[in-house]
Amino acid sequence: MKVAIIKYNAGNIRSVAFAMERLKVDYSITDHEEEIRKADKIIFPGVGEASTTMQYLKYKKLDQVIINLKQPVLGICLGMQLMCAFSEENNTPCLGIFKESVKFFIPKNKEKIPHMGWNSLAQTKGWLPAELTHQFVYFVHSYYVPVNAHTTAITEYVQPFSAAMKQKNFYAVQFHPEKSALAGEIILSSFLNIPS
Amino acid sequence: MLTKRIIPCLDIKDGRTVKGVNFINIRDAGDPVELGEAYARQGADELVFLDISATNENRKTFVKLVKEIASHVNIPFTVGGGISSVEDVAPLLEAGADKVSINSAAVKNPDLIDQLSKAFGSQFVVLAIDARKIDNQWIVHTHGGSKPTDKKLFSWAKEGQERGAGELLFTSMDHDGTKQGFAIDPLAKLNELLNIPVIASGGAGTQKDFLEAFVLGKADAALAATLFHFGELTIKELKDYLLQSGVPIRNVNA
Repeated sequence: MKVAIIKYNAGNIRSVAFAMERLKVDYSITDHEEEIRKADKIIFPGVGEASTTMQYLKYKKLDQVIINLKQPVLGICLGMQLMCAFSEENNTPCLGIFKESVKFFIPKNKEKIPHMGWNSLAQTKGWLPAELTHQFVYFVHSYYVPVNAHTTAITEYVQPFSAAMKQKNFYAVQFHPEKSALAGEIILSSFLNIPS
Repeated sequence: MLTKRIIPCLDIKDGRTVKGVNFINIRDAGDPVELGEAYARQGADELVFLDISATNENRKTFVKLVKEIASHVNIPFTVGGGISSVEDVAPLLEAGADKVSINSAAVKNPDLIDQLSKAFGSQFVVLAIDARKIDNQWIVHTHGGSKPTDKKLFSWAKEGQERGAGELLFTSMDHDGTKQGFAIDPLAKLNELLNIPVIASGGAGTQKDFLEAFVLGKADAALAATLFHFGELTIKELKDYLLQSGVPIRNVNA
């Protein structure tokens, strides 16, 4: 099996690559359309700002490549947010794989923004093993995707939001599985074990 | 529920941990990578690695080490020590560091905070402040707490947040090394003042000190070094105690 990690101006590509090495998975970091299309699994990482990142993806024509992929694709953090239709972060139109809009956390009870640290998963379903309910994963984000029909795990901060989603061959997590200790490795493994 | 974080801190010189570490099941107590992995297994929520060597040659060793840590450790980690420019930071992030902490250089050149948060994002920038109480005022110190500055803790912390720091690491020099507990009052005041996470540092001696830092000081995270290194308190014991005391903590059943 070959995993392609989409190369663009994101902050955590190296960390995702190291996680693949720990799982002993063959991977490449690439922005070549052919190499991405031929891979068995695709990871779309992301740490950064929505509008400049979308600009970069469009400039590299990676936006069209991503939305037309047929094999399992995993969006991480900003990657998940960019898979949505729109982000409030600098009012950015995104890839539109999920029809939701990404919203800014507005504190209700002096909660700190960003939501940073380990928080638990609830109501995990579908591609996420049931054993992950109540497990902790690592988050760093100021924007969130509301709970919707495609949500496959919920986390609470200010209000319940989508910790994970799935639609067709597109999988997404708001947290950083590559930094989430054993729970993160289980999640990455279950994505990698999805039949292509 | 978002949990409070426990963060062991390791001092690094020439690619090795400085203080001896008293761990069972460790082959090489000086190896930062092995120690980092051991702490991660025990349930540490994050790690901090501080480079206390000074020369450029040693910086290269440190960057190599950061890459090794990133490849082996599966929890977030911060690196710091001697960072004074965007050029210093880029190779550390490229090597896989999740955050960098800046201290003396930011006091000397506050614009560094803006530059780093603009270049890499706020979540990468931890502002570390060492302060000491003098004449009833918390005065910011640099160079490992040895040099007083004209900055006051609370105004500098607020300025740091406004300039784009994503997190604050506050060390009370009055408490550091005493094992008499964290500086609770300034912690609580920082928490009230800021809307970025605050990490408490300096003074941890017992489990109860952590409980007070979280409950009374309202800290989001607490950092300690020697207490963990010499096995006086294990991460697991500490986490079990905090959980029983009702603090939200990530439980690791390892």
